[in-house]
Amino acid sequence: MAVISRGFIGRGGEANPDLPAGQYLTADFPVLSAGPTPRIDTVDWQFSIRTDSETLHTWSWDELHALPIEDIHTDIHCVTRWSKLGTSWRGVSLDTLFENVTTSDKFVMARSYGGYTTNVPLADLLGGQAWIALEFDGDKLDPEHGGPARLLIPHLYFWKSAKWIHGLEMQSQDEPGFWEQNGYNMYGDPWLEQRYW
Amino acid sequence: MTGTSEAKDGRISNWKVGVVTSIRRESASGRSITIDVPGWGGNIAGQHTDVRLTASNGYTAVRSYSVASAGVGDRIELAVDRLPSGEVSPYLVDTLREGDELELRGPLGGWFVWTPQQAENVQLIGGGSGIVPLMAMIRSHEASGSTTPFRLLYSVRTPLDAFFRAELESPSANLEVTWIFTRHAPSGCSRPAGRITAADLEAHGFAAALAPTVFVCGPTGFVETVATALVALGHEPDRVKTERFGGA
Repeated sequence: MAVISRGFIGRGGEANPDLPAGQYLTADFPVLSAGPTPRIDTVDWQFSIRTDSETLHTWSWDELHALPIEDIHTDIHCVTRWSKLGTSWRGVSLDTLFENVTTSDKFVMARSYGGYTTNVPLADLLGGQAWIALEFDGDKLDPEHGGPARLLIPHLYFWKSAKWIHGLEMQSQDEPGFWEQNGYNMYGDPWLEQRYW
Repeated sequence: MTGTSEAKDGRISNWKVGVVTSIRRESASGRSITIDVPGWGGNIAGQHTDVRLTASNGYTAVRSYSVASAGVGDRIELAVDRLPSGEVSPYLVDTLREGDELELRGPLGGWFVWTPQQAENVQLIGGGSGIVPLMAMIRSHEASGSTTPFRLLYSVRTPLDAFFRAELESPSANLEVTWIFTRHAPSGCSRPAGRITAADLEAHGFAAALAPTVFVCGPTGFVETVATALVALGHEPDRVKTERFGGA
């Protein structure tokens, strides 16, 4: 019972199988952030994984760069409906970072400089699905796009790819992060259009 | 937290069919569109809605638009600026007519919002069509009888590019409006035309010491400039809420 919009043609064209429902292609890289862009000096930068109150695994900027850095080619999908196909990134796999981490918790809260948070199941961070991204399109990551480092989880809507990543905190329950408390879906699969509550 | 009750009854997740009741010209490229949406059920100032267009061959396009109105009821107002390379906005500005049907889903978003229960000073800073969610806050502020001081800095190219010009030229007692003209300032305007600067924010905005809540909405470059300047002026980053738009 769709309503036909009188006189609307749109861009039309063949349906692109790489484009999830409700998305449109963009060549730009739009910026969406809920507040001011934090500026973080890589001298002070630190990334950590906390498994419990006593156990914290930390990496400095230099320590992170001493780990294997992978090339990533992937499509990204923003809940505000733009998708960008074939983007190029470089970053450290979360598999590498979790190598020596022992935990029985199944859920993760990602925490960013500036206070942003987002929740992800641990299973979605492992198995070659997620990275700490350090470069986009051959250049270091702009602060506006989450530099110096952001989470990259391209199989979920892009708000899960937390900008200005500071650390991951293991948790036994799936708790909502920032946008998940403000109207967006707990999981965010673009292929299932899991946009909102 | 807003929207929890909406989520529980599934109100936002369904597409609703609205009927356009009036269209008003705001600028050469901007229109405000009033729509009756049975089942909408009201929205908080600053929320947005998805709008879905469907071509006769079944092709659909969806974009999000801020709602310029706030409060209870099923009548809402959108205000849309035509993006030259856009797909949906040219249709809404140039083709849509009174009596046409539109599919909408919302209200959406629980972050960039203002409710009359908020007692702190409010600084609104809008660039171009970024005025739209701020206008909903201004209207909600006035309709609720809130005496909380509001200030608006509104940056537009020229006076003719301003949305809601008549409404903003005669603001209510608790609202102070400062215009920033970036390309052409009217005669009698003491500030020369030019982009917004930290000096504008310092001269016309609430001081950081007053801890206002600040809402900034506009194109990405505008929002980046303003938000960075606000933090440099001492505003706590977590009191500066931003909404950026780009793309088509």
